[in-house]
Amino acid sequence: MLKAVLGALVPLLAAVVAFAFGAIMLLALGASPLAGLDAMLDGAFGSGSRIAATAVKATPLILVGAGITIAFRTSVINIGGESQIIAGALLSTVVALSLPDLPAFILVPLVLLAGAIGGTILGAIPGALKAYASVNEILSTIMLNLVMVQFMNFLLRGPLIDPFELEAGTRIPQTQRLSDNAALPTLIDGTRLHIGVPVAVLAAVVAYLVLWRTPTGFRLRAVGHSPEAARAAGINVKRNVTLAMALSGSLAGIAGSILVFGSEGQRMVTDGSAAGFTGSAGFNGIVAALFGGLHPLWTIPSAMLFGALLTGATQLQRVLQVPAALAVALNGIIVIFVISSTPVRGWLQRSLADSGLFNRSTDHVEAD
Amino acid sequence: MGDFFTLSVLVATAASAIRLATPYLLASLGETIGQRSGVLNLGVDGVMLLSAFFSYWAVLETGNLWLAVLVGLVVGLAMGILYGVITVGLSATQGISGIGIFIFGLGLSDLLFRQQVGTPKPVRRLPNVDVPILSDIPHLGEALFQRNLLTYLAFLLVPATALLLSRTTFGLNIRSVGENPQAADSLGVSVERTRFVAILIGNSMAGLAGAALVLQLGIFQPNLTQGLGFIAVALVYFGAWRPAGVMGGALLYGLVNATVLQWKALGIIPVSGSDLANMAPAILTILALIALARRVHAPSALTKPFTRH
Repeated sequence: MLKAVLGALVPLLAAVVAFAFGAIMLLALGASPLAGLDAMLDGAFGSGSRIAATAVKATPLILVGAGITIAFRTSVINIGGESQIIAGALLSTVVALSLPDLPAFILVPLVLLAGAIGGTILGAIPGALKAYASVNEILSTIMLNLVMVQFMNFLLRGPLIDPFELEAGTRIPQTQRLSDNAALPTLIDGTRLHIGVPVAVLAAVVAYLVLWRTPTGFRLRAVGHSPEAARAAGINVKRNVTLAMALSGSLAGIAGSILVFGSEGQRMVTDGSAAGFTGSAGFNGIVAALFGGLHPLWTIPSAMLFGALLTGATQLQRVLQVPAALAVALNGIIVIFVISSTPVRGWLQRSLADSGLFNRSTDHVEAD
Repeated sequence: MGDFFTLSVLVATAASAIRLATPYLLASLGETIGQRSGVLNLGVDGVMLLSAFFSYWAVLETGNLWLAVLVGLVVGLAMGILYGVITVGLSATQGISGIGIFIFGLGLSDLLFRQQVGTPKPVRRLPNVDVPILSDIPHLGEALFQRNLLTYLAFLLVPATALLLSRTTFGLNIRSVGENPQAADSLGVSVERTRFVAILIGNSMAGLAGAALVLQLGIFQPNLTQGLGFIAVALVYFGAWRPAGVMGGALLYGLVNATVLQWKALGIIPVSGSDLANMAPAILTILALIALARRVHAPSALTKPFTRH
């Protein structure tokens, strides 16, 4: 009971601190915090189509976030969301370019599968490097982010460029408009709400079921809890570390596919940076997962909140001319706060337990 | 390719390699000190972005380069206090809190740049200063001794850091809290204070690295570093936690970057392959990490928060 209260308190406090910081920033930039909040709420939830836009913005965060929970629960730090999203998007783009005439009911699942495979590859590489060559996965995933953004630029400026762009000499780095048969069907006419949203929610539920209701998930969490103990129990730690990264990458890869085939442009475009395509979903998904307490199901509302922050920030820029980068700075604050409050929470729980008020011997076990 | 192997081009490439190595070197040396004390700081890129912006802004507003360098240092120091409170004061997980610092620095520098400056305006760059006599050595002098003061400082900090770590009491404390904090604690060394100071030094140097980056380029744009700070962290592994090794890594990166730039300018790398060439530094880092991961000994207590039992 006490633990549950403290558990809920931390994200709540993190949100309050982030809000306070946001208000201070707005004041410093000469804008009224109340007008700012109003603009953000209006931008995120002001109409049916805006709520749909928020849900669409949250979709890659749900997927990346659910993947992050799998990796982090296995004690593997996946910072490679950006590269996995890009790989998924590129592979599904190639599939749609190669097989444009397949009927939608085959092509849509196929491009999503291609996205998952692209992400899996970019997740399995750093996973295997950690497991079998002791390469720090944080550094390798960050380096792969840098590699994949250049690879995307190379493909979109060269081999995959829209032939029309070459003909016209404008050379905008983008693919041609991809097959309409691959477009994610919209659920409500007049909004951007497409099937990517329920797909992401479903993926998060599956991630939960895998982690807590299957032997695979048990092994992953055992490795995350203590690799030594897991090894002693006969679990193949190396294979599970690789698997965790591969699964985590596959979800980010699906997000990449959804970013392409759920977009109005129905094509891949680059502005030269990773964030220009991904909207930094690879990083924001980590924030959403941490805020959701590294639980796949809690990642869903958490991602909605950060989706709202992003659409709200766009409106903030439009109405009050405050750069939307404010949302990124706030995300950083939230990560710092959630992470630094976790040991404090453990310390609070322990000292309350030690005081004899809550005599529960399991309190110490929980502090992982 | 023949155009590349002329003396003047090679000298220019070497000079540019040393210039480009400067921000890597400053950031990596700082990170080395932090990691030797047992603290991994993944926020270097974010710290560099913030200090680069504030340095740029300072020189844009005042035209004073030395004020700009000082501003970069102070921003790094301030971020060091924040990181110290999080990781030493609150014993937070180092890996992810560093990513938090990175995201924060990325967002805040972007926000402030768009709000206060808007479109990139060029500013004065750090002038090159000739070292008396040495700069007159043919070719070598041009490449090595006609550089800016921050570059000289970065390379002078290599022996200084080595001496600090190996020959001073404080350096011994840093190494002992990084290897065996329990033992250091039982001998009366304050683990918390030693790590906090190491973090402050490391972040100040990351701040200087941000200033060096922007003042050598003479322009700021959002996400100016493009991952440079993360490569700087990887260089510490590359250099096996030793200042001389880190310097070797920084020079190698400077050389790779300078060669890619020079080859693009000479048309040796075609325009269509320029994005592929840009992949070189990151791929090189991954290969280096694979080659070195099992051979070098990391500080035993790296990333482990200290708790007294």
